[in-house]
Amino acid sequence: MASVVHSANVTVTDQRCTDPVVLNLWHPIAAVLELEPGGEHRSRLLGAHLTYGITSVGDLWASADGQELPVIERYGYLWTSLGSPEGGDSLGIPFEIPEAHEPDRRNMNAGSFQVATSAPRAIENFLDMGHFPYVHTDLLGVEPHTEVADYQVDIHDGEIWATDCLFFQPVAAASATGGQISEYTYRVPHPFCVMLYKNVPTDPSRRDVIAIFVQAMTEETVRVHNFYSMVDETTSDNGLRRFQQVIFSQDKPILENQRPTKLPLDPRVETPIRADQSAIVYRRWLTELGLTYAVIPA
Amino acid sequence: MALTLYSYDLSVNCYKQRLLMSILGLDYETVLVDFFPGLEHKGEAFKAINPLGHIPVLIDRPDDGDGDDFVLRDAHAILVYLAAQYDESGQWYPTTNARLLGEVSQWMLFAEGTTNTASAARLHDNLGYDFNIDEVRAGAHRLFRVLDEHLWFREQEGQEWVCSASHPTIADLAIFPDVILSEEGGISRLDYPALRRWTDRVRRLDGFVLMPGIQPV
Repeated sequence: MASVVHSANVTVTDQRCTDPVVLNLWHPIAAVLELEPGGEHRSRLLGAHLTYGITSVGDLWASADGQELPVIERYGYLWTSLGSPEGGDSLGIPFEIPEAHEPDRRNMNAGSFQVATSAPRAIENFLDMGHFPYVHTDLLGVEPHTEVADYQVDIHDGEIWATDCLFFQPVAAASATGGQISEYTYRVPHPFCVMLYKNVPTDPSRRDVIAIFVQAMTEETVRVHNFYSMVDETTSDNGLRRFQQVIFSQDKPILENQRPTKLPLDPRVETPIRADQSAIVYRRWLTELGLTYAVIPA
Repeated sequence: MALTLYSYDLSVNCYKQRLLMSILGLDYETVLVDFFPGLEHKGEAFKAINPLGHIPVLIDRPDDGDGDDFVLRDAHAILVYLAAQYDESGQWYPTTNARLLGEVSQWMLFAEGTTNTASAARLHDNLGYDFNIDEVRAGAHRLFRVLDEHLWFREQEGQEWVCSASHPTIADLAIFPDVILSEEGGISRLDYPALRRWTDRVRRLDGFVLMPGIQPV
């Protein structure tokens, strides 16, 4: 577990990030609705000590160790950067989620939870369907329906897309009334953000969006912002949040027990199986981006 | 009677009630409180139910609408009421055995300590609550060491549970959640083997239910 050590023995995980790829990204910090107007909130980002908030007139702000930072609001969250986020890198611009702008969508933060893991481990866990029957038993999966059918993984416009992901789910969402074969599409538009699109139980022509925006507090501690953009007229906000929070809490101990905590990018270090195709592509993609923070480079 | 529990899935204190009610086979309704991130328990509507602004709260409503609702707050008080009122075996809260009842009360107070240390560390690490993390972790280790030693001596006497009885009591259920989720607060149980064996025994109880974050044995 990472710790804050103010001495000569500063642990590697708590050092301020020097990786320009990560520094120049926008990073999610907090759900704007949860900020107290006029208040000052504290957190960590890439090893730096952050303060941030919203003024009494509604202006967002953030600073790191006394230095003012750029801020934007997207999807209900405050985002900031420790580098130059508009430096021409397409990854530097916060990605678009067109569905979230539809008028009948319910967008919300289902909860921001700290986890003792690295950001890329959290992303990989989200991409993995193989653990559903074992970790999310009777919700996202159930034995003996454990097979992960082959799916397609491609890189389009600098983002990873995994399509045709089919899996039997007893309770796929808060609004589900019985088991269904869910079809997922996964998308990784940012090294530390991942989302999935899944068919709406009550209207299969549309897709719910469930995302995690991961705030790398240090290399081995994160805060995971659970973003929901749902088509669901009946379930209360609280009911939707509850579903996601239960799922997330089931993942947490698994994530915290993975070793090494940082993600190894060398394909020979952890032996993948076919079902891990999206993880294989994700690790290769991070290597090609030249990302070195919170990973063990190949 | 009709029981209603104001509850949040990720709260250890609410889980204690769900665990006992499951073991006793009681039916109840749940009112979900948006504890996080909504802080509903701090809002005016909830404070009309519990002015202290915390969960869980139990309401026991007479069936025929005759008589007033019985409203009770505080996790350990609710365990006492549920066991005293609904446990026909009399084992979970043994009101007729003064010494045993004293022990149950003693270990229920101990559970207040594990909640204020181990579970506080969990709130710090999971939700960013502002506790002195080194202090609460050290406090949890002090309590875990005492309990581990106590359970080890109990095992030497052929006994499996916290109090001096051949069966578990609500004291076991009051302490268990803080212990089993301690790693979420950065508190390892590696050095407490008797404590670990006891958590296995609790998880094998008839009617045991999981809460998110707890693994089956």
